[in-house]
Amino acid sequence: MSDPILSARGIGKRFGPVQALDRVDFEVRAGEVLALVGDNGAGKSTLVKSISGIYSVDSGEFSFEGRPVKIAGPASATELGIATVYQDLALCDNLDVVANLFLGQEELRGGAASLARFLDEIDMEQRSHELLEQLSVTIPSVRSEVGTLSGGQRQQVAVARSLLGEPKIVMLDEPTAALGVVQTKQVLDLIRRLRERNLGVVVISHNLVDVFAVADRIFVLRLGRRSGVFEASETTEEQVVGAITGATADTAEQERQL
Amino acid sequence: MRVGTPDVAAPEDAGAEIASPRDMLRRFVQGDLASLRVILAIALIWIIFDLQNDRFLSATNLTNLFLQITAVGLISVGVVMALLIGEIDLSVGAVSGLAAAVMAVLNVKQGWDPALAIAAGVATGAAIGLLQGLLFTRFRIPSFVVTLAGLLTWQGALLLVLGQTGTVNLSNSGVTDLANTFYGPAVGWIFAAVAITAFALVTLGGHRRRVAAGVTTEPLPLLLVRIAVVAVVAIVSIAVLNSDRGLPLALLILLAFVIGFQVLATRTVFGRHLFAVGGNAEAARRAGIGVDRIRVIAFTLCSSMAAVGGILAASRLLAVNQSSGGSNLLLEAIAGPVIAGTSLFGGRGSVWSALLGAVVIGSIANGMNLLALESSVKYMITGGVLLAAVIVDAVARSRRQAEGRV
Repeated sequence: MSDPILSARGIGKRFGPVQALDRVDFEVRAGEVLALVGDNGAGKSTLVKSISGIYSVDSGEFSFEGRPVKIAGPASATELGIATVYQDLALCDNLDVVANLFLGQEELRGGAASLARFLDEIDMEQRSHELLEQLSVTIPSVRSEVGTLSGGQRQQVAVARSLLGEPKIVMLDEPTAALGVVQTKQVLDLIRRLRERNLGVVVISHNLVDVFAVADRIFVLRLGRRSGVFEASETTEEQVVGAITGATADTAEQERQL
Repeated sequence: MRVGTPDVAAPEDAGAEIASPRDMLRRFVQGDLASLRVILAIALIWIIFDLQNDRFLSATNLTNLFLQITAVGLISVGVVMALLIGEIDLSVGAVSGLAAAVMAVLNVKQGWDPALAIAAGVATGAAIGLLQGLLFTRFRIPSFVVTLAGLLTWQGALLLVLGQTGTVNLSNSGVTDLANTFYGPAVGWIFAAVAITAFALVTLGGHRRRVAAGVTTEPLPLLLVRIAVVAVVAIVSIAVLNSDRGLPLALLILLAFVIGFQVLATRTVFGRHLFAVGGNAEAARRAGIGVDRIRVIAFTLCSSMAAVGGILAASRLLAVNQSSGGSNLLLEAIAGPVIAGTSLFGGRGSVWSALLGAVVIGSIANGMNLLALESSVKYMITGGVLLAAVIVDAVARSRRQAEGRV
């Protein structure tokens, strides 16, 4: 088992009277898919937003590739190599796939044209082709308007876009929510290909079937605390449900935390 | 082993992501169809008016028509910048009047060099746009309220600048030549030849580069058809203009601004961000785009073009007076691009819609004047056309939403 890329120790985050995260230890390794599960309000989104720099944590420390780091904001998370794909995907439906992939980081033409910041459409289109081919993303054309794509295709475009910054960790918030059977399979396949690229993949999901289909490890949060971490291959759905609801919580985990 | 979903292969899996030629063709034909629809509408309007009065399609009247639409077309170019980010600028009429007044007073009363006076007029427009853009982004006031306040304010400023007399007559040739210069037949034909050659070279050169790089490209026959259409339009236009007074400088100015802004909107990073802000401002913000910066620049460009249009209008009228920039100018400048396919909801459209829309509205106004229709009828017909165009835009939008495109 490889060393963790990112590890967090004793993460705490409080919103007024609510302790959203309570001394949570968390780590992600290269080339693994870590599913983050828990009931509504368990702190999954808070944890992801703390790692991606949207929230600043009240306590705890992060280390990235063995070095202690501070995540001061979204920009510093991106700089470290942590990419996040939120549920609303943040795509521009009126632009095509190439434009969306490179939005905010467009390639420029060289020479005199660079003064007026002319777009290098050919280069961007070639790189889009390469990237989508590597990921086996299935879309009609890189020049399709994103608004014309299906939910699964949009999800794949959003994930592909997060890879342009060469991240080491990709966090996906509910990537299969509201997708049909075929589209869900495409997105799960894409998640496996991210693992093959040796990325650390964190997937928030409510759907335990999807979780068991794709995850190597399952990290369960309950009421802001770590309620268990399971190897997916050695665990049953009942055990995970137990950890989520607290019925059969991993007592060793809990005692250690208390 | 647990499997999340039934192990069925998606039908699209096989095709990877190479575009099917039919899909590409459909997409590009649809793109062209938007302008084609407007061009057909123009043809229909021209035929109807010509049947009513055969002077409508005479060389003299068509030349007049082009001169009539220059000012509103230039203002519309700026309006497209505001529409693309999903905002509106109701102050463009008032700004055009004020900028023209600043130019006229500096040139006539203060004796400024015409070029400097014109630059000061345009700078006035730019400063107003900057101010309105900052007010809009800093205080998060809806743009129509900011620019409605601007409309009143700049109308007042127009009266203030014009002072007691209320009218400033323009006589300096540096100003009046803008709208009253015509080039002879030779210049016209050279211009047509250069324009057609340049368009063909850019189109085919781009096609060859894309083919060489192995990326998607529009089908060659479609490009050839487009070049042929441009060539026919250029040749017919020059032939018509030459049989009257010749090629007007004002038309060249309008074309230069339309092409320049179209290149800005479709080929540059700024243009890409303009569309992104209009399509999904939150997505643009998260992609690291300075959304407020783009908005301020769009409003600045919008008011600057309003100033340019106002100066052209003054040059044509040979005067600036208290009603400069008033009347229907504002509504026509906004209605034109919307009629020709630029969405009021942001993120969709093109700068060409400023030109095409101005031709539609200008043709209707010109034709109705030629038929000597009552003012009551003219107002109602113009209102009906505007409403119809906005309904077309709204229907297109709801159809896109029904298809899952926003």
